[in-house]
Amino acid sequence: MSSSDNRDPRFAGGAEKPRVAFWNDPEKRGYLFQIVLFLLVGYLVYMAGYNAVDNLQKQKIASGFGFWNNTAGFDIGQRLISYETTSTYGRAFWVGLLNTLLVAVVGIFFATILGFAIGVARLSKNFLVNKLATIYVELIRNTPLLLQLLFWYNAVLKALPDVKESLALPGGAFLNTRGLFFPEPVPGDKFEAVMWILAAGLVGYFAFGRWAKKRQAATGQQSPVLWVGLGLIVGLPLLAFFALGMPLSFNFPDLGRFNIRGGVQIYPEFVALTLGLVIYTAAFIAEAVRAGIQAVSKGQTEASYALGLRPGPTLNLVVIPQAMRVIIPPLTSQYLNLTKNSSLAVAIGYPDLVQVFAGTVLNQTGQAVEVIAITMAVYLTISLVTSLGMNWYNARKALIER
Amino acid sequence: MEENLAPGAVAGQTAPTGALAHAYVQNEPMPPLPPPASMVGIVGWLRQNLFSSIGNTVLTIVAFLLALWIIPGFIRFLLTDAIWTGADRDACLAKDGILPGACWAFVKDRIGFFIYGFYPVEERWRVDLFFVLGAIGVTWMLWLKAPRRDIGMIYFLIALPLIVYALLSGKNPLAFLTYPYDLFKGEGLVLGILFAILFFLTGFLVARAKNKDVGPSIIAGSASLLLLTWGGKAIAGIWPLIGLSYVDTAKWGGLMVTLVVAGVGIVASLPLGILLALGRRSKLPVVKFFSVLFIEFVRGVPLITVLFMANTMLPLFLPEGVEFDKLLRALVGIGLFASAYMAEVVRAGLQALPKGQYEGAMAMGLGYWQMMRLIVLPQALKVTIPNIVNTYIGLFKDTSLLLIVGIFDFLKAIETARIDPQWAAPTVSPTGYAFAAIVYWFFCYGMASYARATERRLSAADKR
Repeated sequence: MSSSDNRDPRFAGGAEKPRVAFWNDPEKRGYLFQIVLFLLVGYLVYMAGYNAVDNLQKQKIASGFGFWNNTAGFDIGQRLISYETTSTYGRAFWVGLLNTLLVAVVGIFFATILGFAIGVARLSKNFLVNKLATIYVELIRNTPLLLQLLFWYNAVLKALPDVKESLALPGGAFLNTRGLFFPEPVPGDKFEAVMWILAAGLVGYFAFGRWAKKRQAATGQQSPVLWVGLGLIVGLPLLAFFALGMPLSFNFPDLGRFNIRGGVQIYPEFVALTLGLVIYTAAFIAEAVRAGIQAVSKGQTEASYALGLRPGPTLNLVVIPQAMRVIIPPLTSQYLNLTKNSSLAVAIGYPDLVQVFAGTVLNQTGQAVEVIAITMAVYLTISLVTSLGMNWYNARKALIER
Repeated sequence: MEENLAPGAVAGQTAPTGALAHAYVQNEPMPPLPPPASMVGIVGWLRQNLFSSIGNTVLTIVAFLLALWIIPGFIRFLLTDAIWTGADRDACLAKDGILPGACWAFVKDRIGFFIYGFYPVEERWRVDLFFVLGAIGVTWMLWLKAPRRDIGMIYFLIALPLIVYALLSGKNPLAFLTYPYDLFKGEGLVLGILFAILFFLTGFLVARAKNKDVGPSIIAGSASLLLLTWGGKAIAGIWPLIGLSYVDTAKWGGLMVTLVVAGVGIVASLPLGILLALGRRSKLPVVKFFSVLFIEFVRGVPLITVLFMANTMLPLFLPEGVEFDKLLRALVGIGLFASAYMAEVVRAGLQALPKGQYEGAMAMGLGYWQMMRLIVLPQALKVTIPNIVNTYIGLFKDTSLLLIVGIFDFLKAIETARIDPQWAAPTVSPTGYAFAAIVYWFFCYGMASYARATERRLSAADKR
């Protein structure tokens, strides 16, 4: 006990600042710890960089981003922008990135619809609907996405008939093991006018929506926004389309003996990836939706009924706006997950960013550091932009509390 | 009899005025009528749950048709039309132009390959023993009434990894203990001195943590480290006598690899995740910066790029001559990836804890680590158990990505076997995938059920 008293001058009394050994002073210890950590991390990074440079020199692998403008020399099946075997690695990067974004956008669109439907179905009072939705969620969530992708690609789409025995679908489309072929719309001269009218309709719809909102806030009177919107966005362009003499023709796919010419081809890899991502992500979105709706307390619904609102407006005006506040953050992270999971394309050969760039380009150039860094930077940028948007949305929608 | 039925009402109303007790006055409430036949029993249940309104009826019919479309097909494929026995592809080929159902004969024939991969057949008992030891560890940890769960924890987190490593690879798991011994003997004088300092520091830190005198602790710490070193040397001497043959990790495969990777990820990601979460909430700016950087970076990129990085970049970062096992590289990738997600889960738990708990701990005079170990973490981890298990489920599913970087996991075993010409039949691929799905589902659903049960148990404690 006495030795303890001697060692701990804090209890010695007196007004002067107690003298503490530096390792017993939390502040100084904190500095020391941080310096050590910083040096350690710095040392690791330095050693990694030193070794990498050393190893690369010994293996005679070029470094730097010079490869960006070299000729790629490989072909990519699905591309949204023109790409030849003689194009550069940089061009291949953009092709891959656009393919990733395409599958992400299409996947997010369908996954949202399916996910919301199943999330609502899980809360249904209908026993059968409820149980089917539960089985779906439990089955899909508890098996790996990669397994599902391989299943769709290898077991379902590969089992489709050959080109010779293509399934003819109504409307001049064909389905076979090389994908789905359907007529390609070829816009005529006056088609541009229709698009302009559609754009004008969209602008008109938003303007009308704002006006209707202001009017309701001021007078309490509601306006038929839905019908006016449908008229402006669907009706008006359709009318213009017919009035201008239907300026749109179709280039039908032509079934040859070994190949199909013309038309638009949707590759089986794209279908398998989209299908797998949609089905997988929808199960998670459904859980987010269910949790969000359940988070709105029952008193809200009861109060709304007590005020005389019918079930429809109750859902639209009371439950959904409050549920959305809970649903949106996990929903966004599911969107991000879908985008990141689209990198599993590499397993079924869909030419996305990872397959094209971190796969083929990496193997051809051997410049692992640069290629992986660029790939990661792309995904990081997507994540960062999304979370910035998320924060903005949260700040807008957050409950304003005292 | 009458009084028994409604004593209060009868006594209260009739006792003072006997005159009311006429024959036509109802003195007691009528017994309630039974509910209408359409509201009870099966009919009532059907009405309430399936046909309560027109919309609901339509929904029921649609759902029923959907179920009728899907479920019988599944049953036919998986059970009634399935082929259960056979030696090769002939058993599962189409007969009379009709395709049979699932080819379970294929799974039966290749089950050893699915579980053990290329692990030598005569050594497979080691893998079986690994499964048994793992099952014991998991039961010990999860079964709440199991005896001495503290020993179970040590067994699961420390002993089991060493035993499993020794068992599966046949290498001495404590070989690293002889490292300082070899250093002292060889030319590593500088390193020897460094080690002496390390001994000193260990003893010093132990003394500080235990609030004991420094001197004896330094001696005790140094002595125990020396003992460990000599012990390691002794074990290294004895090791060849045990006679476990060496099995290279390239020969590991199948479900065994999936379980090893998932197990290592599970054991490693929690402590790492806790450290990262604490770092992220730390007041020290450098610690916080590195933690945030790591967590956000890893969570922002797909696992497959992390695995590519571990596979192609890690060897570049190491000095020449240092070889890194392929499986180990993947393990590092998966472990780091999972720990970033774990960190966010733990952070949510730390944030959910009322500030008063921290303040109370500080008022008691506890230091940072004491506060975390004794007050904060036990409470924070308790409420996060369901989310931790959910992260584990994600980790388990993510192990399937190893096939992309060329590790022979369970899914890769299925992929390899299904394209084997000996079993080239139309339904073999769907069968293989169905089997894989059943196995993965079994593990993941088991974990999910545990998480749900824990959630119920914990919320029961909060109910008043």
